[in-house]
Amino acid sequence: MEKNQVSRFRLALIGGSAGGLDAILKIMSRLQQVPSYPIVIVLHRKADYDTLLVDLLENRTVIPVREAEEKITIENGYLYVAPADFHLLFESDGTFALDASEKVNYSRPSIDVSFISAAEVYRENLLCILLSGANADGTAGMKTARELGATCIVQAPQSAEVPFMPESALKEMEVDLVLAAESIGDFMARL
Amino acid sequence: MEPLFRDEEIEMLLNDLLDTWGYDFTGYAHASLRRRISRLYLLRAFPSFAEFRYKLKNDSAFFHEFVEEITVNVTEMFRDPNFYRSISEQVFPWLSTKPFIRIWHAGCSTGEEVYSMAIMLKEANLLHKSLLYATDINPSVLENLRKGLFPMQHMKQYSENYIQAGGRLDFSSYYTAQYEWAKFDEVLHSKMIVSTHNLVSDQSFNEFQLIVCRNVLIYFDKGLQERVLRLFDDSLEKLGFLALGSKETLRFSDLSAGYSQLPNREKVWKKIK
Ligand SMILES: C[S@@+](CC[C@H](N)C(=O)[O-])C[C@H]1O[C@@H](n2cnc3c(N)ncnc32)[C@H](O)[C@@H]1O
Repeated sequence: MEKNQVSRFRLALIGGSAGGLDAILKIMSRLQQVPSYPIVIVLHRKADYDTLLVDLLENRTVIPVREAEEKITIENGYLYVAPADFHLLFESDGTFALDASEKVNYSRPSIDVSFISAAEVYRENLLCILLSGANADGTAGMKTARELGATCIVQAPQSAEVPFMPESALKEMEVDLVLAAESIGDFMARL
Repeated sequence: MEPLFRDEEIEMLLNDLLDTWGYDFTGYAHASLRRRISRLYLLRAFPSFAEFRYKLKNDSAFFHEFVEEITVNVTEMFRDPNFYRSISEQVFPWLSTKPFIRIWHAGCSTGEEVYSMAIMLKEANLLHKSLLYATDINPSVLENLRKGLFPMQHMKQYSENYIQAGGRLDFSSYYTAQYEWAKFDEVLHSKMIVSTHNLVSDQSFNEFQLIVCRNVLIYFDKGLQERVLRLFDDSLEKLGFLALGSKETLRFSDLSAGYSQLPNREKVWKKIK
């Protein structure tokens, strides 16, 4: 793919849990330029650490980092982080929505919930990425997303700190690519 | 594969609800509606959208089930403990100067939030002169509130929240265990007025010194958010306080000029004009 051409992808959505932050940092280390599309991160973690995570990422990437706030327009070239304790949903007018409903897979935000919501809006223009983690959140959502046309990448289990989450997806479905975190970053840099 | 519902289909359902049952959900944000409606649709294994639509128009029991399913009722006691801490530190001193305190909990769900506030008021020695108006669109969630019964299994978490919120007593002194339920002290309930109220269509019904509406506006689109904020503005005494959920804000509203946010991160605004 030629660099700087407009990407097919209108959104890259990354889900991770235990060990996910480490993988995200590896991805970011390979993204030396601000991408032409927005990146959204849904990471399981304790509540209270929202600003901490934004601050941490800000120091590790050239991409401007924001918390995903309800009703804000998702802009190209930003990295958004889903806040703790809400599910992150996507509206068809290109804005975020937050939802305080029941946990899914013991998680809020749930990766399944965000994958499905994003796929219903972005279809084949969505890139879904599932990283390291200790539960099966993300598998069902990725399956639906792929059926709706999304491109799906899973972190190679042997490169993941906690392989359960990517393994779970690979057991249940076919994906488009299985890559180590750094290679996911390289792939995204070429889009 | 296609998504289960197109946006037009969701709008069709909302128009039906308004025409047939007089409930206006047209100002609700779509992403959550889509998720809840899809869930109900799959759960009840409808063979087609047409059949779903037909049942919703013609079966009042199903209509009520639908409303319960699409309005998210999840709540807890002392949710965001620091919120309660800043209410008691920065709002209670002003409330205490009043001969009589009126608080409105709009969209209070099963009432955990209202009981939390009543406990804080009691510890500040303000409960005896307070009335807490607890309202929600969904009549069935208000039943728990009326009975003062909450699941026992959550009490450990709530007790931790309570301490973090600045609670000074033993949390378990506020309830008695009845099998799997915690029955809360009648004194708390005696200061509550419980009623259904629809923020979309019902009017202002009193003037308050504090209005609490948390995690409700996130489900509304911008236009409806603005309308509801106006309703709150009409129902709030000058120098009174408006408290929203941790991810909600007055910042983008036309009303923001008349309010100043408390000097911390909690979502509490004082009406200054
Ligand atoms: C997520 S709960 C929030 C409960 C509580 N305030 C809290 O923050 O924990 C949202 C509540 O808003 C209520 N609600 C939704 N639409 C409403 C409306 N139009 N008028 C009044 N209440 C509404 C729902 O029934 C639900 O109980």
